[in-house]
Amino acid sequence: MKKTFSIGGVHPDDNKISAGCAIEVLPVPKTVYISMAQHLGGPAKAIVAAGDKVKTGQVIGEPTGFISAYVHSSVTGTVKSVGLRKDLAGIPVVHVEIEVAPDEWAEGIDTTDTLVTEIPQDPKFIVDRIKSNGVVGLGGATFPTNVKLCPPPDKKADILILNGAECEPYLTSDYRIMIEKPQQIIVGAALMKRVLGVDHVVVGIEENKPEAIAKMKEAIASLSAASSDYDGIEVVTLKKKYPQGGEKQLIDAITHRQVKSMGLPIDVGAVVQNVATSLAVYDAVQKNKPLIDNTITVTGECFPKQSNLLVRVGTPLSYIIDYLGGVPETAAKAISGGPMMGKAIANLDAATLKGTSSVLFLTEAQTRRNPETNCIRCGKCAEACPMGLEPFLLNKLARNGMMDELEQNAVQDCIECGCCLYSCPANIPLLDIIRVAKGDVIRIIRSRTAPKK
Amino acid sequence: MTTTIIWTIVAITVLGVLLAVVLYLVANKFKVEEDPRIDEVEKVMPGANCGGCGFAGCRAFAQSCVEAANLDNNYCPVGGNEVMKKVAAVLGLEAKEKAPMVAVVRCNGTCANRPTVNEYDGIKSCKVKAALYSGDTGCFYGCLGCGDCVAACQFGAISMDPETGLPVVDEEKCTACGACVKACPKKIIELRNKGPKNRRVFVSCVNMEKGAAARKACSAACIGCGKCAKECPFGAITVEHNVAYIDFNKCKLCRKCVAVCPTGAIHDVNFPTPAPKPEKPAPKPAAEAVKPAAPKPEPAPAASPATDKKEE
Repeated sequence: MKKTFSIGGVHPDDNKISAGCAIEVLPVPKTVYISMAQHLGGPAKAIVAAGDKVKTGQVIGEPTGFISAYVHSSVTGTVKSVGLRKDLAGIPVVHVEIEVAPDEWAEGIDTTDTLVTEIPQDPKFIVDRIKSNGVVGLGGATFPTNVKLCPPPDKKADILILNGAECEPYLTSDYRIMIEKPQQIIVGAALMKRVLGVDHVVVGIEENKPEAIAKMKEAIASLSAASSDYDGIEVVTLKKKYPQGGEKQLIDAITHRQVKSMGLPIDVGAVVQNVATSLAVYDAVQKNKPLIDNTITVTGECFPKQSNLLVRVGTPLSYIIDYLGGVPETAAKAISGGPMMGKAIANLDAATLKGTSSVLFLTEAQTRRNPETNCIRCGKCAEACPMGLEPFLLNKLARNGMMDELEQNAVQDCIECGCCLYSCPANIPLLDIIRVAKGDVIRIIRSRTAPKK
Repeated sequence: MTTTIIWTIVAITVLGVLLAVVLYLVANKFKVEEDPRIDEVEKVMPGANCGGCGFAGCRAFAQSCVEAANLDNNYCPVGGNEVMKKVAAVLGLEAKEKAPMVAVVRCNGTCANRPTVNEYDGIKSCKVKAALYSGDTGCFYGCLGCGDCVAACQFGAISMDPETGLPVVDEEKCTACGACVKACPKKIIELRNKGPKNRRVFVSCVNMEKGAAARKACSAACIGCGKCAKECPFGAITVEHNVAYIDFNKCKLCRKCVAVCPTGAIHDVNFPTPAPKPEKPAPKPAAEAVKPAAPKPEPAPAASPATDKKEE
């Protein structure tokens, strides 16, 4: 029997209509806008000023604090300005504007395509390369990878899980890199395996991607035949169920271990990394190439030119869309990310980030919200919740501002997957309300625990 | 039959008397000594239990007044100075007079001034909307228009104006309890001095973007040009993060700032006449030509005496 997580989950149509489109390299735009807040934690501090000349791969932002990351220039050119610019939610964030000149790579970067399979012996060297090249988790949360790979000394990982589930409908960028760059991903996994000192690496891929499963298995076979560094890496086929790609769900599916409330995967000895992150780790360590580009799916039923594009970080979304023929007339909404967890784009002039995975166009009919009616206590939301929460109850508590009760009912464990909202027959905006309550409760918990330290 | 009824009545009566005695004894034994003044203070409170004073309700406020050595830190915004005088009389303390306050909406992003750039179809809650994105207009800082402040007001003092899409404060009903200030995720509502004859001058904008960007989003935005700060003879205006702020304790309501503001972001309310014209154009024509200068000062004095009175 194929593995999956034990509770909750929904089965939306996967609509992977861009799956057949090979990754195309998008021409570099005339101007890029590189955000300094591309990762979880403190935004980077810009270290360039207007008028500076920068090369591709040069550091332009330095981390501010433990959880933060380096930001590199994705192009060669002249810095036009450093200042506030609106991101895709319309919120002002510090961006570095660079006028693009022909590519000239910073020193020490290997820009060839040759596969480097030799794994460096020193874990510290690998972590340093990951950190200095600004690698962050590309599964959505953009958590700095070097921090995740260095758990506190009292906690030890025994398994590394590579997330190739890509359970969100429409998204195909992870699928394409698994088909086109499987060996690089496996080398990346072996590098992280060395850092963590684990023996076991599992690549979890959902059953609706047979081609990716075959390619990844093939890559593992060919690499492990050549070197013992690649022993203990395997592919596990997972049943198709959303949100399989959630960190805690994936750990449950593969190892049957449960991360406790407010806990981290490392508590159960697991570290989860996305396949795209693994590819970025490969580039960072073996090629010394910073994270300056990523694969973005541009899709939607109403969008005529389905694409998977390799895009430089900081490319304006409008440039990508214009390149592909402009916004379709029937599109009512553009979403960054998948339809379940993605964010509506309020500003198409916004630039891409390291963690941007897609631009999805949906029609009026697909996005219409039906009027909210009364809760009929059917319990579908509780059945669908992969964290075992009771969204109908949390909704009521949140609307009445009952913070203590919300905390007792573990609102802080919500992973914002949207299964409750998806399954609600009364069209209650459960997630919208629970998300805000979750933020409030986490703030209360933090303020309570902070003074003790 | 009748004996059963009689016996039942007797038994119940005896039981009732017995239990009453027990209850009396228990109540005496476990009596909680409470300062009687708490009740007295509570009686003079407005009884809105709004929490505007910072306490859970009127009784909690009364208790804290009784326990406090002076009334400096306790103030009931709903009852105002009158109630505080009564409270002080009950406790034999002195209440400091405070100027009455009123909630002021510092956003002038009406539908006309601030065009929408996208459509929001989520739930009608400013808090949820603010958590999602910048809002459906180009201005990240302004009113989101979902009426969280209206819902928060217990006194029915705020309503949404359907024409402008902005909340309107009813000065008569507003008690300055501050519930709307807390409810607004964009922090555009501020409690300000009600002012003499309810006359107030304030900057009706909190947009911290640079001038051009702010104006692009909203034609009535404060662009942080600083003209008002230069014009103000009392040093009441500061410009920080591209937005001007008028300190109501220093403002003397001369309204020179209102006249010089290029975008009309500074509002004056409850004044009988429009703000005086800036004096700038007057000296210029005087230097160029004498004739046209003569009629011009005429309309100006008509307005200026009104302001002079206010200054006094």
